[in-house]
Amino acid sequence: MDFELLVRIFPQVLLDGLLLGFMYALIALGYTMVYGVLEFINFAHSEIFIVGAFVGVELLLGLKSRGVLDTAPWPLVLLGVMLAGMLASGALAVTIERVAYRPLRAAPRLIPLISAIGMSFFLQDVIRLTESLWRNAFNLVYPTLEPLNERFELTSTLDVSAKSLVVIVAALLMLWGLHALVNRTKIGTAIRAVAEDQAAASLMGIDVNRIISLTFLIGGAMGGAAGVLFGVQYGLINPYTGFIPGLKAFTAAVLGGIGNIPGAMLGGIVLGLLEAFAASYMSLLTGGAFGAEYKDIFAFSVLILILIFRPKGLLGEVVRERA
Amino acid sequence: MIAATAAVAFVALSSAAVALFPRSILVFLLFQGSLLYAYVARIPGWLRATLLGAAVLVLMPVIGTYNGYYLEVATQVGIFVALALGLNIVVGLAGLLDLGYVAFFAVGAYSWAIFGSPHANVLFGGTGFPLPSWWFYPFLLIGLTVAAGTGVVLGLPVLRLRGDYLAIVTLGFGEVIRVLANNLDKPINVTNGPRGITPISRPPLPLEVSYAVGFYFLALLIVVVVILVNRRLEDSHIGRAWEAIREDQLAAQAMGVPLVRAKLLAFASGASFAGVMGVVFSAKQVFINPESFTFLESIGVLAMVILGGMGSIPGAIVGATVVTVLNLQVLKGLSLWLNELKNAGVTIFGYNLANLPTQLEPAKYERMIFGLILVLMMIFRPQGIFPARRRQRELGEQ
Repeated sequence: MDFELLVRIFPQVLLDGLLLGFMYALIALGYTMVYGVLEFINFAHSEIFIVGAFVGVELLLGLKSRGVLDTAPWPLVLLGVMLAGMLASGALAVTIERVAYRPLRAAPRLIPLISAIGMSFFLQDVIRLTESLWRNAFNLVYPTLEPLNERFELTSTLDVSAKSLVVIVAALLMLWGLHALVNRTKIGTAIRAVAEDQAAASLMGIDVNRIISLTFLIGGAMGGAAGVLFGVQYGLINPYTGFIPGLKAFTAAVLGGIGNIPGAMLGGIVLGLLEAFAASYMSLLTGGAFGAEYKDIFAFSVLILILIFRPKGLLGEVVRERA
Repeated sequence: MIAATAAVAFVALSSAAVALFPRSILVFLLFQGSLLYAYVARIPGWLRATLLGAAVLVLMPVIGTYNGYYLEVATQVGIFVALALGLNIVVGLAGLLDLGYVAFFAVGAYSWAIFGSPHANVLFGGTGFPLPSWWFYPFLLIGLTVAAGTGVVLGLPVLRLRGDYLAIVTLGFGEVIRVLANNLDKPINVTNGPRGITPISRPPLPLEVSYAVGFYFLALLIVVVVILVNRRLEDSHIGRAWEAIREDQLAAQAMGVPLVRAKLLAFASGASFAGVMGVVFSAKQVFINPESFTFLESIGVLAMVILGGMGSIPGAIVGATVVTVLNLQVLKGLSLWLNELKNAGVTIFGYNLANLPTQLEPAKYERMIFGLILVLMMIFRPQGIFPARRRQRELGEQ
């Protein structure tokens, strides 16, 4: 075993893990906010996330074909594209809730979950159909924003690209913004009240349905932003790309304590780090017998272990049993 | 009387039509429709049994001689009916949402694939494999046992989770099995990775019939056994315990239902059906690889159960038939038809179909079908097409 190699790649793995972790954290917020309010796993959130990525890639490709992508200032372009992605994903999330979940709110708890799974599958193929008709291709590559590819060498073993920095900064800003929104504003108070007790909240004059829609809007928007960042960072997307990150983000939400917003952030970062270390070190530690291809299994095993031994997660409270 | 005449005439005419137009998918769909009609029509029980029996025992193999693909479709339907009935126990009766059901199918398939092909030589050395082909029949039992055992091993740690968490964990488990199948070609080559295992031995058949007919009757036989077992289970002590758990876990426990044991039994019996069919599937296909055991398959089987009606045996059968036929025939037929129109350069509303994007293949949109089925059924008819009586009372009154 090459101990020196393990030490040498450590900072780079740490950075990659953080990057992945912030991505998971952003997606996990959508799961956790909806779960906090409705006690319901929004299985279609992975598609809400990837729709953000698709809106982003379409806008960037559109700008590129008009030749303005390289002349326009990149922060403006990125900000605009992210806002568009957030808007699209947020609107989609609200629509899905209205169409597929609200009619089922009184039904036994597995019924809306099945509806959500169906929605997820349906949306995957709707994206594929749309892109096939529009572009005759559904595996799309994000056009590169030249300045974002610049790499900074921090030490001899650690370098970081501009886009990674942008992703981390954007994620931090959004997480901070959401935290402030939920804890410091009247709307945030209303969201927390509905999560605590819907009936009591409505007696206090809170429009529960509006707050639920709002929760889906915010969670969806975070997912859409994550989608654009995902595309910028990793490049290649297709309609089915969202599924695995979505599942892992759900794992992150459970890991942090589902329903708990700081928990989702913590869970995302922990899971991202775990996965990055597993992917790089597993092969080294086992002499190549088990490699990075097992990183998905690793995330699922974390999920199963957490659910068995600490179902309330790292920061969560005990979730009550409800029939 | 009118209904009886109509049913007989419908079945007879449509099967004759299949013989006349063996290439027309629409006609074959008509034949399937006639069977459904015979099932739901108000006709005497003996007539219904005769009609359906004649259709599956005689007409279907005969149709197979006109168009072999139809027999293949019927065999696939049989496989999925057994899977749907197995999942029906877990989801429909016991109310445990299992999203990784195809994993048990994979376990059964790989158990015969490894020992029924030369691949086991790689694993154990020597040249003793494949096992003689008659081993296929004992392996039906071995596949059953291994799958049931896997069900218990998975069930033990996760069954005390709440319903939605259980769903996600079973999903994760299904993915774990698939990733393992994909990667266990090293350090020890167990599954041969994404390249899959081939050639897998086919069983010796007792009569001089083709493999297509043989597998059709084998699938049919297993389906019949599965249906009988299902019906006995449903009305048994344990079946009632399952339904009690589904309705109210706490109340069931208070009434003395041993929760863990009942849930484990549900998992194991559901898994065992999938295991048996896995063995049949691997022998029928001759080649298997992890691609056949994706999450999509699990959701497909779930869609069959949901469409027919959770907890309902006829529902699972009809659901499996409809979904399989949609996938294998309607979507594929649509693809072929669209291609023909495209090649002919047909114009609709001033739009030349030759300009349609090449990436547009209706055959690839099974997710859309599954998704639509799940969402629409949940919103408009959660009890399914042929609801179980008890289930209908629960869901129908809202």
